[in-house]
Amino acid sequence: MSDVIFVGFPYVAVALAILVGIYRYRSDTFSYSSFSSQLLENQKLFWGSALWHYAVVLILLAHFIAFLLPPLWGGIIGSPSMRFFLEALGLILSLVGFLALGWLMMRRFSTRRIYVVTTRMDWVVVSLLLFQMLLGFVVSLSYRWGGEWFVSSTAPWLWSLVTFSPKPEYVTAFPFLIQLHFFTGFLLIALFPFSRLVHLVAFPIGYLWRPYQRVIWNRAPRPGPGFRTS
Amino acid sequence: MDIRAQVSMVFHLDKCIGCHTCSIACKNIWTDRQGTEYMWWNNVETKPGTGYPTQWEDQEKYKGGWERDSRGRLKLKLQGRAGALTNIFYNPSLPTLDDYYEPWTYDYKNLFDAPEGDDQPTARAVSLVTGDFMDTLEAGPNWDDDMGGSEVYAANDPNVLKLSENEQQSLKTLEQTVFFYLPRICNHCLNPGCVAACPTGAIYKRGEDGIVLISQNRCRAWRMCVSGCPYKKTYFNWSTGKSEKCILCYPRLESGQPPACFHSCVGRIRYIGMVLYDADGIEQAARSPDDGLVDAQKALIKDPYDPEVIAGAKRNGIGDAVITAAQNSPVYKFVKRWGLALPLHPEFRTMPMLFYVPPLLPVIAAIRDGQYETTAGMETAPADETGPNLNTVDQARIPMQYMASLFTAGNIEKIKQVYHKLVAVRMYMRSEQVGDQKEADVQEALRRAELTPEQCISIFELTSLPTFEERFVVPPMERERAMDGELPPLDPYSRKAAGGFGFRDAPARRF
Repeated sequence: MSDVIFVGFPYVAVALAILVGIYRYRSDTFSYSSFSSQLLENQKLFWGSALWHYAVVLILLAHFIAFLLPPLWGGIIGSPSMRFFLEALGLILSLVGFLALGWLMMRRFSTRRIYVVTTRMDWVVVSLLLFQMLLGFVVSLSYRWGGEWFVSSTAPWLWSLVTFSPKPEYVTAFPFLIQLHFFTGFLLIALFPFSRLVHLVAFPIGYLWRPYQRVIWNRAPRPGPGFRTS
Repeated sequence: MDIRAQVSMVFHLDKCIGCHTCSIACKNIWTDRQGTEYMWWNNVETKPGTGYPTQWEDQEKYKGGWERDSRGRLKLKLQGRAGALTNIFYNPSLPTLDDYYEPWTYDYKNLFDAPEGDDQPTARAVSLVTGDFMDTLEAGPNWDDDMGGSEVYAANDPNVLKLSENEQQSLKTLEQTVFFYLPRICNHCLNPGCVAACPTGAIYKRGEDGIVLISQNRCRAWRMCVSGCPYKKTYFNWSTGKSEKCILCYPRLESGQPPACFHSCVGRIRYIGMVLYDADGIEQAARSPDDGLVDAQKALIKDPYDPEVIAGAKRNGIGDAVITAAQNSPVYKFVKRWGLALPLHPEFRTMPMLFYVPPLLPVIAAIRDGQYETTAGMETAPADETGPNLNTVDQARIPMQYMASLFTAGNIEKIKQVYHKLVAVRMYMRSEQVGDQKEADVQEALRRAELTPEQCISIFELTSLPTFEERFVVPPMERERAMDGELPPLDPYSRKAAGGFGFRDAPARRF
């Protein structure tokens, strides 16, 4: 059973995310959108969207640093005060994220204009994210110092998957809630290419350096430099 | 010098009768789909009025266009590059649907299906967004139509709010009430704010003809273009999650026809033609101080007969047909040769390529003895006085400051120059055809306007008597060259399935 949940499922989820994601991008680029609903409702969105996104970005960043660079993470949380600070910050962020997402879900449910543009997959994704956020909050509250055990058990498990020498035994002894958090995480990864979550990879970081103006020539462009063209 | 070609436009406001045929032509072709019902790529506003979306000209509210910083550099009023990424989860300057209006239809079926009763059945309004009944319609397209003296609409026009208290009051008195129509489409700017604001880079200007388009495949709904465009001419499709805008009917242009709004214009106010401009000068021109913006923009447009310009155009691959079209362009005549047409709100610094001939009618018309007189300024003067017609501009019913706020970034001298020309043409043609103008007045008007009688006749002819071919000078768009380029010729069938607009799946939400 643990092989299915902690080895097979993660592989399937990541494979789906990558392969279907690429396939969808190539065959249906049009469908890549963040589907912003700000035009239809502006006021409730502010607190929900801004807080949710900043909270979840920071939380994911911590997860990724701890996973990709365990030594760096270990160094960061080496000092007790820093560890305490990060744990507290994580708790607060997960609570903020949970409340903000709950607020967004309420907005989707109670604002008619937003309700009618919400798809079934939107409800699935937002429910799962809300559930995952709550799990994260409960886990970090009840199984303290996750910053430490993540490095010593979760990161090696994830790395064992990356290097194709899976060692589920790292996480099989974990309490149920933590295992559920892992599972929901990979479930979200699996749903990524089938939902609006793809807007994650559309984040336009290139705006920081692209020229302001874009000119596209149908025929071969004329020689010589132009006005801020690309 | 980097000579490029641009499809450019002139709207002659004196001829606009506010019939909205252009808007309907556009709507029927392009924006009758779900998510686009509220969009009017072409709309006709009443000025003074708040416009669509409401108070769109107020850039303190919507943050559209460019501004000069203290060191004279150009920056987006909306936000810097990092700001675009940090505001991406919530755009603080985005107009909402209520700033436009909630689109609706009517429950017509009820007129047929209602059970027999004591009252006539009614067709209630049904929202095209939610499908719910709407009890109160609070705004709609052209909600301020013809509301020239309105306390609600005209009084809140951002250009009116810039006037002095006295001037604002006088616009509200019945005899002084004045309005005219302002049809608006995308300006297909040389320095577009929407292109610059798009984080993804989904918006681009076509090199060959300057049409500004949004790639529907690349748009990711970050909706910064809606804010970045100071004219609010990019719209967000809430159904597909993509921004859309006027495409200047490029499929029609490519087959030699003018855009639908031009073609259908009842008042024949619209002119379209190519101009050749120097792309190297755009940034410099956009940085000019407010007073010099109109001249700087006009200076970008080059004389299509100048051999140097022609050589530059050819170097850039601009074909002979396009150069000939630029030489016959009605836009070049109105904007450059006669200096009659002005850009709308040049202070937004996007270098809009749609120009307007400001309306003379609200300037010269007056109410005399309870009669609306459209030629009040054209009366014959007593033999020993200067005719009142020469003072028309100074005694205009609508403050020159208002027109200057619309068309010359507040430069009153600049707008007066144009009005002097319009008055001179009027006086000259009237003296020729009716013969009731004092010769000395006509000569004085021509001198002041720096026009010759021959020019007056040309202006009159292109204003009042132009043929279809004179109004719309559309060159072949050379799509065959676009397809081939420098590559070996393609088998036409290889493009068959990917032709048209490039969609094989319906442009609708799927995930």
